[in-house]
Amino acid sequence: MTFMHIGKNYTPPDAIGKVTGEIRYVEDYRREGMVYARLYTSPVPSGRVVRIDAEEALRMDGVLGVLTAQDLPPTDAPEEPMLASADVTYVGQPILAIAAISDEIAEAALERVRVDFEYREFVTDPLESLTAGGPDAYPDGNVLNQTEELADENATIRGGFTRIKWPAAEIARLRNGQEPQGVDYAGGWEYGDLQAGFEEADVVVQESFVTAGTPHHSLEPRSAMSYWENGKCYFHGSTQSQSAVLESLAAMLGIAEQDLVLINQATGGGFGSKGRSYPMMGVCGHFSRILNRPVQLRITREQEYYVGVGRPGMQGWVKVGAKADGRITAIDVIIISDGGPTGRNSASASAEHLSVVYTPGAMRLRNIPVFTNTTPKGAQRGPGQNEMSAAIAPIMDKVARQLNMDRMEFRRVNAPHSDSPVYQDRGPLTSAFMTEAIDKVSDLFNWRERESQPRSRNGNKVRGLGVGMGYHAAGGNGYDGLVRITPDGRIHLHSGAGNLGTYSYADTTRAAAEVLQCRWESCEIVAGRTDLNLPHASAQGGSNTIFTHTRTNWVAAEDAVQKLKEIAAAELGGNAADYSIGDERVFRSDDPARGLTYGEAAALAIEMGGAFSGQEFPEDINPITRRSVQALAGTGLIGVAKDKLPKRGISPGLMVSMAEVEIDLDTGKYQVLDYVGVADCGKVIHPHGLSQQINGGAVWGIGMAGFERHVYDPQNGLPANVGIYQAKLPTILDVPAEMKNGAVDIPDPYNPAGGRGVGEPAQGAAVAAITSAIADALDGHLFNRVPVTPDMIVNHLARNQPGFKPLELNTF
Amino acid sequence: MNPKLTRRRFIKGVIFSSAAAASGAGLYLSAQSAGSAVMERLLTLSINGVDRRVDVAPQETLAFTLRNKLGLTGTKVACNRGECGACTVLLDDIPNYSCSVLTHNAKRHAITTVEGLRNEDGSLGVVQQAFVEELAPQCGFCTPGQVMSAEGLLRANPNPTREQARQALAGNLCRCGAYDHYLNGVMRAAELLS
Repeated sequence: MTFMHIGKNYTPPDAIGKVTGEIRYVEDYRREGMVYARLYTSPVPSGRVVRIDAEEALRMDGVLGVLTAQDLPPTDAPEEPMLASADVTYVGQPILAIAAISDEIAEAALERVRVDFEYREFVTDPLESLTAGGPDAYPDGNVLNQTEELADENATIRGGFTRIKWPAAEIARLRNGQEPQGVDYAGGWEYGDLQAGFEEADVVVQESFVTAGTPHHSLEPRSAMSYWENGKCYFHGSTQSQSAVLESLAAMLGIAEQDLVLINQATGGGFGSKGRSYPMMGVCGHFSRILNRPVQLRITREQEYYVGVGRPGMQGWVKVGAKADGRITAIDVIIISDGGPTGRNSASASAEHLSVVYTPGAMRLRNIPVFTNTTPKGAQRGPGQNEMSAAIAPIMDKVARQLNMDRMEFRRVNAPHSDSPVYQDRGPLTSAFMTEAIDKVSDLFNWRERESQPRSRNGNKVRGLGVGMGYHAAGGNGYDGLVRITPDGRIHLHSGAGNLGTYSYADTTRAAAEVLQCRWESCEIVAGRTDLNLPHASAQGGSNTIFTHTRTNWVAAEDAVQKLKEIAAAELGGNAADYSIGDERVFRSDDPARGLTYGEAAALAIEMGGAFSGQEFPEDINPITRRSVQALAGTGLIGVAKDKLPKRGISPGLMVSMAEVEIDLDTGKYQVLDYVGVADCGKVIHPHGLSQQINGGAVWGIGMAGFERHVYDPQNGLPANVGIYQAKLPTILDVPAEMKNGAVDIPDPYNPAGGRGVGEPAQGAAVAAITSAIADALDGHLFNRVPVTPDMIVNHLARNQPGFKPLELNTF
Repeated sequence: MNPKLTRRRFIKGVIFSSAAAASGAGLYLSAQSAGSAVMERLLTLSINGVDRRVDVAPQETLAFTLRNKLGLTGTKVACNRGECGACTVLLDDIPNYSCSVLTHNAKRHAITTVEGLRNEDGSLGVVQQAFVEELAPQCGFCTPGQVMSAEGLLRANPNPTREQARQALAGNLCRCGAYDHYLNGVMRAAELLS
């Protein structure tokens, strides 16, 4: 199919505002009478607030009020409260907010607040808490007893406390790379005959592993500004999503969705940490209601490391069995997640990576989310999959080497196809062209020739090659699309997708322009404010927007086309089927001269009313969409529909990468010399956007492989990295000056536009290619730890003891 | 880095204005009441070729003045402590972190912010145009800083190598990882200039 818009570059409207500084982020908005709120955060990792004395602060000139947990709806632990009181669970947790006429006064007032705490024992390493006699993060238990599956990665976790302890001997066995015996788990899943799988295997490898938790580092510190008018809350929020935040924030503020106007033109990065509303937003909203003034709450860079959430670290063990032909027969995995104070974890998604990317005949996950007194955990780019991708790549290389197989061939043999039965329910995929991606990246990288060369040593430098694969479930269905044609001939593409920085909110509207066969210049995207009347959309996370919302735009535009034809038939005679569209006209197929322009048809739609102009609408659309259509009714031709297109199984975002690293054996420092990433994301929707995601994901992979981690002082529970330089994200000098990328570019049959998402696996494949290359450079040595830092490399080469216990987490 | 506006000079400036505590607000809090220092408050700043009169506290950073006093919110504050470069502006054509420059130290310099780069006819400046063509930004929060660093480079060296461009942008972090798109943007801008 030849497309007019899909697969072509264009200028998304917000790109101009970003280079001129004219686009506005939350903190760029001002409001008459606006006051500034600041947070008092906990200096202790675990305890209870006994007494708050804010009298002195409240007496200061310019201080308007104080907000504490008592002013807010209660929450039950382990759900994260907006402000903590009964359970203080990490250093940096917000306890109190103070508002003043200037941020200078608000900050000075914080100094006058006195809070007395009751101290409790605390823990920063999950394995310490899992050990019999070890400390627990809460008095009521150490493990989340999850009672509901998460609706999506950003949904509020539901569950209570339980207590699981393992004998010290079994913890030691795990640290030693062996499977613990006779111990309890909190959950898991299994398919196939695991025992038979390992029995028929010619090679079995088992290893323990640990991956660090990592901060999101969104450059825009969390910011909110809200005010109330006539019972409605106007909320400027730094968020990834529109509908998903609207729903959760309205609940947090205790108001109906229709009484909340969410305004978010642009977001300075979210990466999973802003998919839904977060507690700080509730603080701002409630405070502005109580003070009856516009309140701006903007946290500092340091506080961003406390409350900005992070990727959960994991400690685990994996056993892989493979036959001589390379087929993986069984994978058994144990994952102990660092659940932070809420228990949020990605264990199932980590195991999902193994299931989808390596398609084992049998598989088992056993997992435990352990509470720790560390920063709350949340979804971060490829949650679960990417850290597993990083850990497993060198282990899979070891299996391949024991089989005497090329590492790329080994992955190719096990790569998923569209009909591969994957994940818990052994369902198919909407489509998968992973082998094609492997072939393409191998060609671009010249893998066969380079891999067959002996590893050269140049003075104190050695080089290694690596291959990595990334996967993320990248596409949903069932949301709504909305387009509107006005009598002036303008085509308004209403996007309910949030603007998280990937341009997907705009890319997906190109599908509607495609169906309407109109010029892009005739279109305008309507997005960024609830009161612009937007359709119900998915949360913007999980790389799902491209698949999910090209479909919604497609069906809404099809509805508009059908209405254009019906209007033309009513006006010019015949049946709708007698009409075609083109050049922004609807005309008789047998006599193209007889027709209407889109603008003329829109004027007639207003006259004719009913469904044509939105007075009537499908019953199955979401209330958010329904309210938008009702507000727009009578203003033009309305195309609106719920996405009921067929979908079979998981829509996967898939990625394969290859990298070359050079390690300095004297310093342990390494550089990524060469990097190629190839996506299998269906039909490419927006080439520039795809390149941004692949290469940006590679930068993230470099950060995860080598730099980024949460570190806590185990004596006092203090976070040691509360600055960019301490939990370092890669700079331009840490990444290759040029990175190649490509795509398989085969359309997904379950999306009329053909696309699937790819933002998240781009990181997973990159980090895996690098950990694989590091092991390759060091004769296959497995650190089984991510990030791999220079001190680890130097200690290994010098045969020194590492500076940490095996599987130790949240430490240097 | 402008030799006249070093970190040491910034710290000295803060000390002389009797500042006590670093703040997240873009102000350096005074131990005594602000304004007690013998320092003029009403400054004339040359910003984007226009003289702007503004009341400035002794400890105020240029980023704060631009954003909160003059409404020039294109300049972004992401770390407020000289780590990230999102607040980069030009002082006499040289890139500086405006979160680490006291406004009082900027008064004798020609200040250029991202709002000052459009051509007289309103069209995008060369760097801006090139960044759009290469779709350099992702979330866009670091973009004004990247634009200003690129602008500073091209004013000093209109024909840089890719490696020189890389070095010039090394003080500007981008969490989205759009680095090579930014480099493509700088190289395209150099082409447009030639």
